[in-house]
Amino acid sequence: MTESADARELGEVFSLTGAFDSEGTVLSGLPHSREIGMRVHYSGDSQAVLSVDWNEKLIGDPQSGVMHGGVITALLDTACGAAVMAVPEKLDTIATLDLRIAYMRPATKGLRVYCRAECYRLTRSIAFTRAVAFHDDPADPVASASGTFIVERREAKA
Amino acid sequence: MSRLSEIAEQEEAHGAALGKLAAQIPYAKFLGVRFDRLGDELTARLPFAEAIVGNPMLPAIHGGVTGAFLELTAQVQLGWNEIVTGWAGQGVPPLPKTIDISVDYLRSGKPRETFARAHVQKAGRRVVHVHVAAWQDAQDRPIAMMRGNFLMPD
Repeated sequence: MTESADARELGEVFSLTGAFDSEGTVLSGLPHSREIGMRVHYSGDSQAVLSVDWNEKLIGDPQSGVMHGGVITALLDTACGAAVMAVPEKLDTIATLDLRIAYMRPATKGLRVYCRAECYRLTRSIAFTRAVAFHDDPADPVASASGTFIVERREAKA
Repeated sequence: MSRLSEIAEQEEAHGAALGKLAAQIPYAKFLGVRFDRLGDELTARLPFAEAIVGNPMLPAIHGGVTGAFLELTAQVQLGWNEIVTGWAGQGVPPLPKTIDISVDYLRSGKPRETFARAHVQKAGRRVVHVHVAAWQDAQDRPIAMMRGNFLMPD
């Protein structure tokens, strides 16, 4: 468990009901996410686990070679959005209303960053989410976030 | 050397330092972020590209990119402030570390160039509090606002 998070352990920590895809699938529908190599490992029951691998072009601090906070921001934003889309209800479109991020420590050079997000409350028009970014241990986070999203439901249009 | 050429030289050194400050961040280069200055005022520019799209249907700029752009604007502004107030170290000042940021998304980012300016609200000994606004068509119609706390390097 040096390079990637352990699938079984993550499944237990977050009580994921479905299978955790360690390989992950590329987010092809979102051009920027695809561009930075973002992957989806899990999506379901109001939760999502996404990741971004370390890459030279994503460096923020040339001295240490660590990923820029902005990449983590993009990861947290996308994961929170994915968690909203993973609620049981059918949603049409969502848009980020606000996103608050705390950076606990720099991401380690060369390591993949995972993010687990959950939508813990969904009202008629707003979704409330929280997320944590980490390398292999969610208890030792790189960053945490809370975000709210505006939600448009399909039936509301009728 | 005359006072005039001294000032001109310092101006040139500042301009070069600003270029280096932004160029040292690979992620800023990847996003294509540039910085223009008029006097001591910096304006960050994010050109539109397919690579920064979040929703291809609208299309709209990825919220994460907007957040990253605001954060970069704050960091480079703080580095720039060090330069104009007489940075005496080697090369360009190290960038401040982000402690926390909060981004409010007010309008969707359209497929066109985005601008941003940062305003330091309080520069403490270790922590600096910054507000940043990003806009596209008109500065009084911001697409996103950020406030953040940054840890200044020792």
